[in-house]
Amino acid sequence: MAYLIYLLAFVGGFSIMSLELLGGRVLAPYFGSSIYVWGSIITVFMLSLSIGYLVGGRLSLHHPSLGRFAIIFVAAAVCLYPLVYFNEAIMVWVFERIEDPRYGSLVASGFLFIVPTVIMGMISPYSVRLLVQTTESSGQVAGFLYFVSTLGSALGTLATSFYLVLWFEMNTILTLLTLALLAMGLLAAIASRRVRS
Amino acid sequence: MLLPLLYAQFGVLICSVSVPVEARIVHEERSLYSKILVDQRGSMLCLQFSVRRDQRNQSCFDQRKPDKMVFIYARMMMASLLLQPHPKRILMIGLGGGTLPMALDRLFPEANQDVVEIDQAVVRVARDYFGFAPSERVKVFAQDGRVFVKRAVQRGEKYDLIMLDAFNGDYIPEHLMTREFLEEAKALLTPDGVLAANTFAISRLYDHESVTYANVFGTYFNLRTPSTGNRIVLAAPGGLPTAETLRARAEALRAPLKPYGISMRELLPLVREREDWDSDARELTDQYAPANILQSR
Repeated sequence: MAYLIYLLAFVGGFSIMSLELLGGRVLAPYFGSSIYVWGSIITVFMLSLSIGYLVGGRLSLHHPSLGRFAIIFVAAAVCLYPLVYFNEAIMVWVFERIEDPRYGSLVASGFLFIVPTVIMGMISPYSVRLLVQTTESSGQVAGFLYFVSTLGSALGTLATSFYLVLWFEMNTILTLLTLALLAMGLLAAIASRRVRS
Repeated sequence: MLLPLLYAQFGVLICSVSVPVEARIVHEERSLYSKILVDQRGSMLCLQFSVRRDQRNQSCFDQRKPDKMVFIYARMMMASLLLQPHPKRILMIGLGGGTLPMALDRLFPEANQDVVEIDQAVVRVARDYFGFAPSERVKVFAQDGRVFVKRAVQRGEKYDLIMLDAFNGDYIPEHLMTREFLEEAKALLTPDGVLAANTFAISRLYDHESVTYANVFGTYFNLRTPSTGNRIVLAAPGGLPTAETLRARAEALRAPLKPYGISMRELLPLVREREDWDSDARELTDQYAPANILQSR
């Protein structure tokens, strides 16, 4: 059980940073690759994660279960996938309305990334809740969880920037991330049935 | 260990000139986008963008002969005038030391130029050390080239000549290499307009880039010299001129271009189609643009 939750947190961390890195590529054709484009993306991701942590922590108060944890992953996948089809239209819309590429990129990354990133931000606090058995061990569990999920983030960054962009189109990578999140959701759902039966 | 390093050095777009010991650094600054270095040897001022100190000069300027174009890549860019001898509106993407816009301004005092340079610090250095001065006719826009081009397409602007000189080797702006970008640039050209691009000649990127240009423009002139890592693409959506037309225009340009150190005897033989790339290479698009990785291979 614990291994599964660590695996889920790992994939969550991987997906967050992979998406953040792709963000720069998504925005470049419309807003350039100036430093403020990265500023916008990082701002949006940090803000979304902070909200996600808050909401995830809140959610963990009400009947925390693997089944509900699975829903977070499925929701993240469902909110991520539309980017494949709508990122262009959203950027055109923003590009036509906001002249200044600083605010253009900020608003566009907000539209594109806030929802999936908030949801992915819920994963960590929820994992802690599922893993912690006693007060004494809570710090250690949380520490190990941060370790695993941040390791996932590091790998997501590396894999995406070194290899994935060389092998695949951006939309293919987004699809793969969606499938990974869905697979994790499915895995959690199956495990939750086993636990109950 | 050594091989990739060697590749990295050859793969860059900038010609190397040996800088002897007495080269003096007159300006050094780390801007938002690169490290800018200006050094002086005798009357020769050179601009470099590099983190490593391996003498890769982006642009050089001889104070005794200020008009002369020191580097072959700059002279090859001027071969675009063989395709479009009378540009009235010119778009420069990437300023460097300002050699090209200054030459074009002197050659065509009636023409208007828009110069787009992402790095404000480069504009300052070009002004302080290389004599580049923005004016009524030569307007400078400190912004990303892709963003400028997209807005210009939106406004319905047209240019007779577009010069793309935005790749300095350390980091390639990948969004300025894709099919979508080239299509936007093409949309900005007048019917007899020309795009001149200073791009990569070495590494796997060469094949990918060549295929992308071919997909957007069809055949184009592909100017290469054995001595440098540069390759100049001259593309004209309205069709390439015949050898005869090229010769006639070269004849007409011989005298006006002489002060810039441009010899038609050197330039004309380079203006050829030479399709020497691997046409199976994957096209670069906004979806697939790993230019920086490809360039290091």
